[in-house]
Amino acid sequence: MIKKTSRGISRPGLGVAATLALAMTLAACGGSGGDPGESAEQDTLATGETLTITTFGEFGYDALIEEWNAEHPDVQVEQTKVSLWDDWKNELNTNLQANAGLPDIVAIEGDFMPAIVAAPDRWVDLSDEDVEGRWLEFKQEAATAADGQMLGYPTDAGPEAFCYRADLFEEAGLPSDREEVAKLMTTWDDYYALGEQFTAASDAAWYDSSGSIAQAMLNQVPNPFEREDGTVDVENEGLQEVWATVTANAETLSTRNKQWNPDWEAAFKKDGFATIPCPGWMRSNIRDNQGKLQDGVVWDIADVFPGGGGNWGGSFLAVPKTSTHQGPAQEFLEWLTAPEQQLRVFAELGNFPSQVEALESPELQGTTDPYFNDAPVGEIYINRAEAIDVQPFQGPLYSDILGKFQAAVDRVDEGSATPDESWKTFLADVDSLQ
Amino acid sequence: MTAPAEAGTAAQPGNRPASRRPAGSRSGEDPGDGGRGGRRGERRLLRRERRARWDVKLAPYVFVSPFFLVFAVVGMFPLAYTGYLSLYDWDRLAYARGEFIGLDNFRWVLDDPLFTKSLVNTLSIFAMSSIPQVVIAVTVAALLDQQLRGSTFWRISVLLPFVVAPTAAVLIFGTLFSDRSGLVNELLNSVGLEPIRWHVERWWSHAAISSMVNWRWTGYNALIFLAAMQAVPREVYESASLDGAGRVRQLFHITLPMIRPTVIFVIVTTTIGGLQIFTEPRLFDDTAQREGGADHQYMTMTLYVYVKGIEDQFYGRASAAAWLLFLFIITIVLANYAATRWLTRRRAL
Repeated sequence: MIKKTSRGISRPGLGVAATLALAMTLAACGGSGGDPGESAEQDTLATGETLTITTFGEFGYDALIEEWNAEHPDVQVEQTKVSLWDDWKNELNTNLQANAGLPDIVAIEGDFMPAIVAAPDRWVDLSDEDVEGRWLEFKQEAATAADGQMLGYPTDAGPEAFCYRADLFEEAGLPSDREEVAKLMTTWDDYYALGEQFTAASDAAWYDSSGSIAQAMLNQVPNPFEREDGTVDVENEGLQEVWATVTANAETLSTRNKQWNPDWEAAFKKDGFATIPCPGWMRSNIRDNQGKLQDGVVWDIADVFPGGGGNWGGSFLAVPKTSTHQGPAQEFLEWLTAPEQQLRVFAELGNFPSQVEALESPELQGTTDPYFNDAPVGEIYINRAEAIDVQPFQGPLYSDILGKFQAAVDRVDEGSATPDESWKTFLADVDSLQ
Repeated sequence: MTAPAEAGTAAQPGNRPASRRPAGSRSGEDPGDGGRGGRRGERRLLRRERRARWDVKLAPYVFVSPFFLVFAVVGMFPLAYTGYLSLYDWDRLAYARGEFIGLDNFRWVLDDPLFTKSLVNTLSIFAMSSIPQVVIAVTVAALLDQQLRGSTFWRISVLLPFVVAPTAAVLIFGTLFSDRSGLVNELLNSVGLEPIRWHVERWWSHAAISSMVNWRWTGYNALIFLAAMQAVPREVYESASLDGAGRVRQLFHITLPMIRPTVIFVIVTTTIGGLQIFTEPRLFDDTAQREGGADHQYMTMTLYVYVKGIEDQFYGRASAAAWLLFLFIITIVLANYAATRWLTRRRAL
């Protein structure tokens, strides 16, 4: 029996040696592919073939795509939705690495746009006279490379207001009217002080997650992770201040749930917290997690953001050079990101448009949201967009470092590390990205 | 080994073309001189004979070759290519391979405290899953080996978890083990125990992940054990009972020694699977960054490879880590194999 086994090993052993030699030869020539910066050969859409687009979260494009498909039998569009940006980012990166497997159009979170602008040769230049001046200036700039190519069309913007539970405010003896609430949180100091007052009188936490409040504060820091020349510098005053404030208040004011996880979602229904930083798109998350308004739950929106204004999120749509249908893709995108279409998304979902014309439309200005106690959301978000005075500098590593920073906040929030330990891990994590 | 004995003096046919075989081979002829006329029939016979001999010798290799060809493409090539990539730096922004940096990536990975942490996590989850799994599987198999009413029903039930797609199973377990709103914590609460923060406490997170692995694999292994147990001759048990050996004693002194090859097989495959565990911790993770918990509480070695490669975009480091994982698994498997052989042999004596 022993003999049999040993013989069984030696034969494949020979084969292993042979295939290893073969594999080595293959490996040696495996590295040289075609030039990834070169555009794919263009092709017309055959019958049954579709233009593919991948989005994440909820872009609110279902009805729009249906409408487009009805009007354009030759250019049928098929959407794939990935639920979380971070997951889609990994897949996107992997596909870019392989230079294969990408759809014709990809959705890109605003924070990742700097990485694309820094290495533009994989993306189709979408600049076109017809769309010049369509978007807010800072959005257009974020998608424009050094040589003037426009690498993505902005979809929405994320000016932040504060959403709050009026019923919980009332129970805790705080004013619940949206104008009065707005007056109470014009600075972060006021906001945190109000939180102390609230939690003293209520079982609920003050905000949904340390991660989300850190993100909100971070959006007002001019150079959160990188200097203007793109070098990484995370030990700067602005970031330190955010870190110190958020970690100091984690225990008393936060639900200590990680944003987007099941416990965070469940906290909406369980009266877990009273306030949440609220870019336009956040409203659909609140609606989805809270469900039908019942048992006296009242959501409202205050036309205020502590410390001025801030922008959180807002995405782009880009076309990779691997696409074999770049022409129709651009045509579809020009239609999709036009003010009329984005206004419909705003009405339906809440994602706030980044198109100048859409912002001026009386339709937008008059919009109210019945779910949020009939708050005049059009007016509120226009005000919030005007209040933005700082656009944080985002270098090519911004999105990656942000991920590590969120993990650092999560560690403190969940209590698996002290703020000091967590900060050290964060520094090591940032180092490992370089 | 049938072929070599029969081949006799014609040894190593694979090494040289048949037509140039030297004189003095078994036929006693030299076909190289281009014989003619009456010799033609003889030559044809000879060729046929040779072909038959080749057939016997080559056929087994041809039959096993598909495996090795496929293995070369999907096993050996990636392995070698990973080794090649592990010697290079990576230009993340340009999505391109960087410069040749020798063994720097290996040094980097070995110096990384996170790698050590993932190693400890892997071993811990491995111990919490593999050991109970094999023990329970043997017990279940021993129970199923008795005369049971509706034995097929029991056997199929044991295998059911294995049929459920792992992704679905993990999603369900993930909800059960939610820190705040999970069913397990509700149960703990209802009996007056403190809820456990499954995604936060390092060792508890390992326990939760191990429970998913065990749930999935125990039944499968039990059936493999059962198949082996049923091949043990019943007379042996009979005489053991006559000698007064109880069920437990029979299990340790008859069953286990007699199914030793199966035990070794199960332990080796469980070890490999346990050390490569990925789906469970990856889907159990409730952070957006998917790095095995915010504090990497349950980052396993395969997750480490995933994070360094897919997430941080340093394929050289990921490749180095993958190779280290490969060597590590081989070492553990060999150690495990030796230990199991030694243990079960002593029992048999």
